[in-house]
Amino acid sequence: MLPFLLRRILIAIPTILLISIFVFALQKLLPGDPLLVLAGEERDPETLAFLREKYRLNDPIWMQYLAWIGNALQGDLGTSLRTNQPVTELIAQKLPVTIQLAVMSMIFALVIGIPAGILSAVKKGTVTDYIANFVALSGLSIPNFWLGIMLILLVAVKWQLLPASGYVPLSEDFWRSITTMLMPSFVLGTALAATLMRHTRSSMLSVLSADYVRTARAKGLAERVVILKHALRNALTPIVTLTALLFGELVAGAVLTEQIFTIPGFGKLIVDAVFNRDYAVVQGVVLVTAVGFIFMNLLADALYFVLNPRLRGH
Amino acid sequence: MLHLKTAMITALLSATALSASPVFAKDLRIALQSDADVLDPDQSRTFVGRIVYASLCDKLVDITPDLEIIPQLATSWTTSEDGTAITMQLREGVVFHDGTPFNSQAVADNIERSQTMDESRRKSELASITSTEVTGEYVIVMNLAGPDATLMAQLADRAGMMVSPTAAAAAGTDFGLNPVCSGAFSFTERVAQDKIVLTKFDDYWNADAINFDSVTFLPIPDTTVRLANLQSGDIDMLERLAATDLTQARGDDSIVVDSAVSLGYQGITFNLANGEKGDNPWGNDKRLRQALSFAIDREALNQVVFDGAFAPGNQSFPSSSPWYNTSLPVEPANIERAQELLAEAGYPDGIDLEVQVPNSTEPLAVMQVVQAMAAPAGINISLTSKEFATLLSDQSAGDYFASQIGWSGRVDPDGNNHQFATTDGGINDSKFSDPKMDELLNAARIAGTTAERKALYDEATAIMLDELPRLFLYHVNWIWAYNDSLKGFTPYPDGMIRLEGVTWEE
Amino acid sequence: MTDTSAPRAPLTADPVLTAKPESRVWKKFRRHKSAMVGGILVAFFVIIALAAPLLPIPDPAATDWGAVRKAPSWAHWMGTDEIGRDVMSRMIWGAQASLLAGVVSVSIAVLVGVPLGIIAGFFGGWTDAVISRCTEALLAAPFLILAIALAAFLGPSLTNAMIAIGISATPIFIRLTRGQVISIKSEDYVDSARAIGLPTKRILSRYILPNVAPPILVQATLTIATAIIAEASLSFLGLGQQPPEPSWGSMLNTAKNFLNQAPWMALWPGLSIFLVVLGFNLLGDGLRDALDPREH
Repeated sequence: MLPFLLRRILIAIPTILLISIFVFALQKLLPGDPLLVLAGEERDPETLAFLREKYRLNDPIWMQYLAWIGNALQGDLGTSLRTNQPVTELIAQKLPVTIQLAVMSMIFALVIGIPAGILSAVKKGTVTDYIANFVALSGLSIPNFWLGIMLILLVAVKWQLLPASGYVPLSEDFWRSITTMLMPSFVLGTALAATLMRHTRSSMLSVLSADYVRTARAKGLAERVVILKHALRNALTPIVTLTALLFGELVAGAVLTEQIFTIPGFGKLIVDAVFNRDYAVVQGVVLVTAVGFIFMNLLADALYFVLNPRLRGH
Repeated sequence: MLHLKTAMITALLSATALSASPVFAKDLRIALQSDADVLDPDQSRTFVGRIVYASLCDKLVDITPDLEIIPQLATSWTTSEDGTAITMQLREGVVFHDGTPFNSQAVADNIERSQTMDESRRKSELASITSTEVTGEYVIVMNLAGPDATLMAQLADRAGMMVSPTAAAAAGTDFGLNPVCSGAFSFTERVAQDKIVLTKFDDYWNADAINFDSVTFLPIPDTTVRLANLQSGDIDMLERLAATDLTQARGDDSIVVDSAVSLGYQGITFNLANGEKGDNPWGNDKRLRQALSFAIDREALNQVVFDGAFAPGNQSFPSSSPWYNTSLPVEPANIERAQELLAEAGYPDGIDLEVQVPNSTEPLAVMQVVQAMAAPAGINISLTSKEFATLLSDQSAGDYFASQIGWSGRVDPDGNNHQFATTDGGINDSKFSDPKMDELLNAARIAGTTAERKALYDEATAIMLDELPRLFLYHVNWIWAYNDSLKGFTPYPDGMIRLEGVTWEE
Repeated sequence: MTDTSAPRAPLTADPVLTAKPESRVWKKFRRHKSAMVGGILVAFFVIIALAAPLLPIPDPAATDWGAVRKAPSWAHWMGTDEIGRDVMSRMIWGAQASLLAGVVSVSIAVLVGVPLGIIAGFFGGWTDAVISRCTEALLAAPFLILAIALAAFLGPSLTNAMIAIGISATPIFIRLTRGQVISIKSEDYVDSARAIGLPTKRILSRYILPNVAPPILVQATLTIATAIIAEASLSFLGLGQQPPEPSWGSMLNTAKNFLNQAPWMALWPGLSIFLVVLGFNLLGDGLRDALDPREH
């Protein structure tokens, strides 16, 4: 497995470089002078000229890119044009937030999706199956920003059960931290639950028709034991790898949810940075996300190896 | 015996009750429309940043709700006969958050920083100060290049905010990461886009007027969510309640709504002579611009988009401002006149106009209404919505015909006009140039009395309404909503939240 | 892969198995009830989108100062919006924008992605390496972020949003096609075709393309659903269809400011997005089941 992983890591490097070049180029093509945006209402030409020099905005693009890469390799991802904060610091502040959101969403997704998938597979073809499939598809089809807004209206404003927005770190106030994240992770989790449910269902279906399951049944084992003990374990293998992949997507894809629920995570950071033309921040966040995503892919592959003995030592 | 003891205990208890100051362990939470930028008064450029400074950084002078200049860190000031020197008496016993004493040297250092630091945005605001003299520990003289009637108003804003020279020298341009000022609250922590936390400064010169242990500013851009937070009690106060949320806020017994007309304006800026696109019918013929102005029913605009909560406007000052030219009131719509003007200008069958709009709800709603109002007059408006970044950039570069843009306003009338309407104005994106206007606005800057200045601005406004490089539409009303336990809040037209004298009574 | 638990009808009597391949697919599809529901939903929205100019509905841009934010009534079946326009009319015209966004962006993704995927899969070597690295790079960036950055670069408009979404979705089709081509390439019949010297073009059009088409069709249908939500998301952020032209996403963007005063402004666009997307998802599922040779 080790040489396999090493090879994948080596391939990942040019991919990461490519994505950073692509995003860099894209940003520079964005119309709009970032300094004019940041100038807000005051526009002192002298100061603007100075800032342009300071942030090397006058250099040719490839020089700017090389400077950035050089710094990045040393752990310096530049500073935010808006707040003068180092990008690495910004990322360090936001990462735990988005990770908490991702983990809670994942929990929702697993708790809803997997049992639904198992149920649907076991009761294939019946009304339960159709309903479960329908509900799963609905979860996929609802625009998550709409769901978020509706939930805020009902749960936070009308019924006042949960806070409408904001974020509290886990270390500060555990319970409140959970309650503020409840609605957003539900919104994200339901979409993922749908995908998980469908994959669990098809995985369970192919496992349920396998020989060893037939054997278990022939041995006279209770159906529940057959399902839970024998079928599930094998069905879960691809699910585990899928979860790892979905996790990576979650971290990146919480953009709109974070906007609506005002969660100071990655998604919100990058959207605001794109609108503010805060180059360094966008670069840094995309880089970290890409690395994270690739890492998750590697993890998924590794897990697949570990869990699937047939693939080892080939 | 028992009676005596009881009496003594009762007496003791009541004595403590009378002499003890109310113990407010209240941590105030205020929601802002957006996140502040860098927390350095010399580098800062956002409106919400100023709200944070109102609690963090004291200024040399402040304003009253009627825009009079009053002492804050400066207790009195006198201007010399010829207007080229201002002698300022400073408050004694003031100390910065890091213990550095506040004195005239500190003021001199601050002015130097604002004028010379490369990244400083305050240079043009203090351009008239040529040098400062420290003539006493608490007396400073500012020498000016010439009389400047706008200076005191500038010192009532960011240019007059005093930062600790020690901290500024040590941190340089990174001062904003850990600002040290002399305001009622000191900086504790900041998490970008999440919160800014300030803690009560016990050695504040006016500490008795402060009744909160801490203030936390939370940026919550979505107006519905902001209000929801207030209604659920997760925050205590919010700024810029959406006009359309007024009914709901007023209907909630636990919420108080307060407002003040802002100092600024919202309107349409035309490209008169900025680059190639400046050579267009709208930029060349003022009759077309006048026609558009006549086509718009400003009262209805205010009613439809803002439920009547804002103020219709036709000048750079709201009608409640002392600088408003009362002989030129807001006119009702006059479609016939608009059509006449169009015909006179040579477009009897109508004409197109492309307006760029920032792509957020309010400007888009306003321009769609304007679009609908202009159509019967024969003006076909097409809207190009752009991100604010691009819009500003294009406007500055002259890549536009008309632009929906506003200005948050300044205390001094000069602040609403000079940079826009003078030939070399720094934000004159229409490139409007009229020697008479230059003359009037420059004279208004140095004129001695308010009456003189008013006359000059009246004349300038008359020209502006004739030429219409900026077509004014309305003035925003700053609307605050807060928990009814908050007492003593005063709305200010500059939109700032001043916490002196504000208390929390459950 | 056989399901040994259910009893089977005799082979000769099964109408599905005895029919011709094309109609077999159709018959399987018809049996799949949820897919039919999906098809009906999609057809409904397509019809009203196409019929918009012919329907007796008010002008979607017609404002009415006196009827601002009015609740649904006989005059306005779905109520009015923030400047007095009829919501139902905007909904119907908005269907054009949303459906167009879905179809055009996916078409872009397919037209660019499938050929690239075929080239990468069929020819292998350095071409494959380069294309694959670029694809992985694009996939590593969050889809919506990519779309946002592209749309911001191109400028806010429906066309640019479609292009942005199309470009962001292309890698999915490159990867899918490439994977399919690689597995088909190793099949015996392709080997023998090459052995007898058939020109590459013939091999591609006779063997590769027809086998690649079904999963691509399924993916395309499902991606239309994603694209419609992506357009709504971009419009929600202010980057898609610009007012006064209606689009469900931008209607939701405005509606979120009036949730308390005029909830119907948010209800109808949200519901429509949901139904259309559900329709495409059901359809895609049905197509997948119908075209899958292993399902029975």
